[in-house]
Amino acid sequence: MAEVRVRKVVKEYEGGVQAVKGIDLDIKDHEFVVLVGPSGCGKSTTLRMIAGLEEISSGEIEIDGEVVNDVPPRDRDIAMVFQNYALYPHMSVFDNMAFGLKLRKFSKEEIKKRVDEAARILDIAPLLDRKPRALSGGQRQRVAMGRAIVRNPKVFLFDEPLSNLDAKLRVQMRTEIKKVHQTVKTTTVYVTHDQIEAMTLADRVVVMNAGIIEQVGSPQELYHHPKTRFVAGFIGSPAMNFMPCTVVEVGAGLHIKINDKIVLPVPPDRVERYRPFKNKKMIFGLRPEHLFEYTEQGKPGWTRVDMLTDVVEPMGMETMVHFFVEGTAICARVDPATHAAPNEWLALTADMNQMHLMEVDSGKVV
Amino acid sequence: MSATTMESRAAKRANSLARQRVWALWGSYIALGVFVIIFLVPPFYTIITSLKTSAEISAQSGSPWMVKDPTLENFWYLITYPNFQIYYLNSVMITVLTVVISMVISILAAFSLSRMGFWGSQALSTGVFLTYLVPPSLLFIPLFQIVGMLGLINSVWCLALLYPTLAVPFCTWIMIGYFSSIPKELDEAALIDGAGYLQMLFKIFIPVAMPGIIAATIFAFTVAWGAFLYPLAYLYTSNQMVLTVGIISDLIRGDVFQWGKIMAACLLASLPPIVIYAFLMDYYVAGLTAGATKG
Repeated sequence: MAEVRVRKVVKEYEGGVQAVKGIDLDIKDHEFVVLVGPSGCGKSTTLRMIAGLEEISSGEIEIDGEVVNDVPPRDRDIAMVFQNYALYPHMSVFDNMAFGLKLRKFSKEEIKKRVDEAARILDIAPLLDRKPRALSGGQRQRVAMGRAIVRNPKVFLFDEPLSNLDAKLRVQMRTEIKKVHQTVKTTTVYVTHDQIEAMTLADRVVVMNAGIIEQVGSPQELYHHPKTRFVAGFIGSPAMNFMPCTVVEVGAGLHIKINDKIVLPVPPDRVERYRPFKNKKMIFGLRPEHLFEYTEQGKPGWTRVDMLTDVVEPMGMETMVHFFVEGTAICARVDPATHAAPNEWLALTADMNQMHLMEVDSGKVV
Repeated sequence: MSATTMESRAAKRANSLARQRVWALWGSYIALGVFVIIFLVPPFYTIITSLKTSAEISAQSGSPWMVKDPTLENFWYLITYPNFQIYYLNSVMITVLTVVISMVISILAAFSLSRMGFWGSQALSTGVFLTYLVPPSLLFIPLFQIVGMLGLINSVWCLALLYPTLAVPFCTWIMIGYFSSIPKELDEAALIDGAGYLQMLFKIFIPVAMPGIIAATIFAFTVAWGAFLYPLAYLYTSNQMVLTVGIISDLIRGDVFQWGKIMAACLLASLPPIVIYAFLMDYYVAGLTAGATKG
């Protein structure tokens, strides 16, 4: 087990296209770090550079205190789980898991011991004699994880391992991966484009966009204190609502003016923070879960807004209600008991304690 | 619309589909029947003629498709004929050598061209295939010079040198295609597991690409076993001859064609390819890559 350090790492392809633009990242021993971001953000390239499957154009990658820029993958003491499993089709499950150990000249007894232990952890002991073609998708992914576990490497690398599984199995395997990490505690770098996977698995989430790291933090930190509009919009499902606004002064306080009808008071504890942006065009952000049905018993910071509903989506435990404000689609998460109907006015509460204010050009949360 | 009308429409549609299927099956059987007749008539005629005595063949009485007094004397003659034994042995030896040499070169070449991604590998892959397009009947003239310089004219060993020049380009091309179809993640997994390029080739690529290797092997075998022009051009004494040329040079004396023996020799010469094809086909068809990745 080891720490991983990424220092000013750049990946530039032929023709000058930069997939990764000089990122810095420190991953602590035993930590589970998830790289998340949209397609083409450079997360998989970063993982592959850590694995040694892609050359680094500039910068340094350190594993366990050793710079590994020129170290081939086999000498980095890492194990990787691929999106499409990459099991050796002609070998049994046992041989798939034992392959790396055999190449490293482990004794037969040691190989058997390690494979049996990994099979026990992953609950695949009855499958050891089968070929990959005789396994289901979930079983194959477990074998791929088993192949990584038996090596007892310094670092586990996961490249979107659940993307090929159906929704139900994905949730199940997500829990399994977390359980395995709690058992073996190996430093793990996990790549996904699914923010729910990132939030549920990670000790720390690294949000990447267009080759740079937008923000690194715990799932709670990213959710409650996003630093940029991109992170605010990427983390959370459904995504945060964004509305263009102006910060206006009313008496001693500030208000967020969306249009003439929707003017929302800024909570008193934030007035001084937002005062420098008075009379400026900004972006107002509020998550759907902070826009809910109106009740008489309000709390400080809760403000009533009336909206004309467009689409209503009952989900069982909650109902999503969609509106349009100044041409922008807005979503609210309300109690199913609200009985919201399309094309009717609905009284909602905006919890302004949870609001975010962003600069229009930089997208920085202020 | 009433339920009865809908049911009768559904029944009609099912009926029409069943009728279409019957017609399609009839069409397939007729086409296959024609195909089988065209391809099986020559072997059938070969078998019939090989079982006839020279007297029965030259008598030209009765149907040529029937045999009156079947005999194995043609086969016995060939089996006990020393020259035929030499031809057979030479053919087997040269074919085995050609297959081994061609496959070693093709597998190594295809692996490096498809997987090692060095500068110019793409152009080289195309070049390999282009060499296959040069007709062997053009190549044998310049090759004669080379074989002459090496002092291998009228030596059966020259064929072990020449046949791979015919087999390697196509075998490499087949193998490049096959290796390219193996998911890239498989080599990356092997690299991370600790394999070097040679271990990756022998422990992962060759077993996984076995159907492709068998296809290429069958091709190399066919090239070496059935080649006629090269032995005809380069070999002229009986002790160096191979089956294809040996049969006609020994069994056709002037304008005397020993048809019974020629046909028996053809059948005996066809045995190894038939046995090998029958043995390898099942393996060839079996898809080994199933289950490697998400399918």
